[in-house]
Amino acid sequence: MMRQRRRKLVNRMVLLASGLATLIALVMLGWILGDVALQGIGAINWDFFTELPAPPGEQGGGLGSAILGTFLMTMLAAMMAVPFGVLVGTYLSEFGRDSTVGRIVRYLSDILVSAPSIIIRVFVYIVMVKPMGHFSGWAGAVSLAIIMLPVVSRTTEEMLKLVPHELREAALALGAPYWKIMPQVIYRAAVAGIITGVMLGVARVAGETAPLLFTALNSPYWMESMNEPLGNLTVTLFNYAMSPYDDWHSLAWGAAFLITMAVLVTTIITRLVLHRRSGH
Amino acid sequence: MSATGKKAWGDTVFKGLTLSFAVGILVLFIAIVVVLWHASQPSIQKFGFSFLTSSAWNPVKDDFGAVIPIVGTLVSTLLAMLFAIPLSIGIALFLAELAPSWIKTPFGVAIELLAAIPSIVYGMWGLFVLSPLMADGVQPWLAEHFGFIPLFSGPPMGIGMLTAGLVLALMILPFIASVTRDVFQMVPLNLKEAAYGMGCTTWEVVRDVVIPYGLKGIVGAVFLGMGRALGETMAVTFVIGNAFHLSWSLFAPGNSIASTLANEFTEADSDVYLSSLIELGLVLFMISFIILGLAQLWLRRGAQEAGR
Repeated sequence: MMRQRRRKLVNRMVLLASGLATLIALVMLGWILGDVALQGIGAINWDFFTELPAPPGEQGGGLGSAILGTFLMTMLAAMMAVPFGVLVGTYLSEFGRDSTVGRIVRYLSDILVSAPSIIIRVFVYIVMVKPMGHFSGWAGAVSLAIIMLPVVSRTTEEMLKLVPHELREAALALGAPYWKIMPQVIYRAAVAGIITGVMLGVARVAGETAPLLFTALNSPYWMESMNEPLGNLTVTLFNYAMSPYDDWHSLAWGAAFLITMAVLVTTIITRLVLHRRSGH
Repeated sequence: MSATGKKAWGDTVFKGLTLSFAVGILVLFIAIVVVLWHASQPSIQKFGFSFLTSSAWNPVKDDFGAVIPIVGTLVSTLLAMLFAIPLSIGIALFLAELAPSWIKTPFGVAIELLAAIPSIVYGMWGLFVLSPLMADGVQPWLAEHFGFIPLFSGPPMGIGMLTAGLVLALMILPFIASVTRDVFQMVPLNLKEAAYGMGCTTWEVVRDVVIPYGLKGIVGAVFLGMGRALGETMAVTFVIGNAFHLSWSLFAPGNSIASTLANEFTEADSDVYLSSLIELGLVLFMISFIILGLAQLWLRRGAQEAGR
């Protein structure tokens, strides 16, 4: 009887501890999001999106140029990473499932997904910023694209694998060549999933700071071209948060709120789409 | 005949195209290593192997060593693992085995949202919210009760190793937790039911069936979290304190490889300085490569054994 009671007691304690662990994580999530919302929402107004930063001590000002810069660099990065990533994903799913090249590329992609993003920045600094002689929006976009690439290629692969083999066989039986089947049948069947992968990649890089630090650097002015240091939200946030001025801290919280909301909304929508797809 | 020929030709081109882009990833990877290696030559030639054993960091005399950033990286990662492993295994257990099904999805998504918060937001929160709390409450309390241990001595400044470890733990927790949860869910139901049928309690089923079955996957998940923690830059840069000295105290400010790179890159005015920083980056890349490589290996083995 004693043994029985001890077993039940141990069981209860473990269950309690695991529930507690979950509670701690949820409280931390609420705490961080709450702080970001409370401190950030006050800084968000029309000027925040349209104005340039004001000098410290002056009221007002916004992060218009930084928002534009982040948006442009993310879009450019997507334009580079998406075609590249989709083709890699196609190879991994259609031709290289069990080949040595396929295995190596899959392995390296998985490592690159989690590899330190600051290394990418050092790499792009050496191959782009130094030879060009100046920081630029191009360099920033390239670093973001490199970070996005493995996310897109691995999700594309997984999504293409979900397309039933019978679809390929049916099309092949009609005499269609593979290069026509891919765009007209397989990509079509997997398009929602591929877009999901792209969105996950965009969400990932939109919040990235490290790769931009010394590639795009930052700039408080409206951009004239991509070929110059480009203002962006995350580096601005970093500089403002590290500054001693209260006005700038409040703008930094505003930037944090904007980035977090954008990333969270994207993530939640993608999760919902994925969930619905796998549910069928 | 000509139609078949054209068809085969088109397919060869298409396959070749996708293959060349796939090889592109391989080339990119090799390029990163080669470029970093090449750019660290000035420092490798000047310091040789002693770069890895010297704790000097003196930009004025151009004398650099990697010990302090490496130790800082390892200590902050170790601290993060210490907090994150038990918590995330608890969470995975709760989500996979205990929670009623209507709770599972929303709680699971909430945990994954922790992973979606950008790292710079963690850093900012750590600096403005957590650090003052550490300086005013947690650290004085630790110093009062455990101050005889050198780890908890020194002035409570808020920023430093301990705070960096806490913020890191929070960041990697969702990665370990969600992968571990998936591993737990791979355990075949009839194995668990057999154990329940013998009268095991939930904990006994988890201890004797679920954990042994998914052990490789769990190890993989832990390595994955570790790989993330090693290279995390922005969150750590905010709270680690950016100081180049070794101290036993966890309250003392320090530096990790990533935060050194983030802070000093623009200040590097000599070739040796810059290439020392790049060599640090190379060291970090190698450490992460090994840890993440192991993570993938374990995860794959675990999944294979689970019959997927």
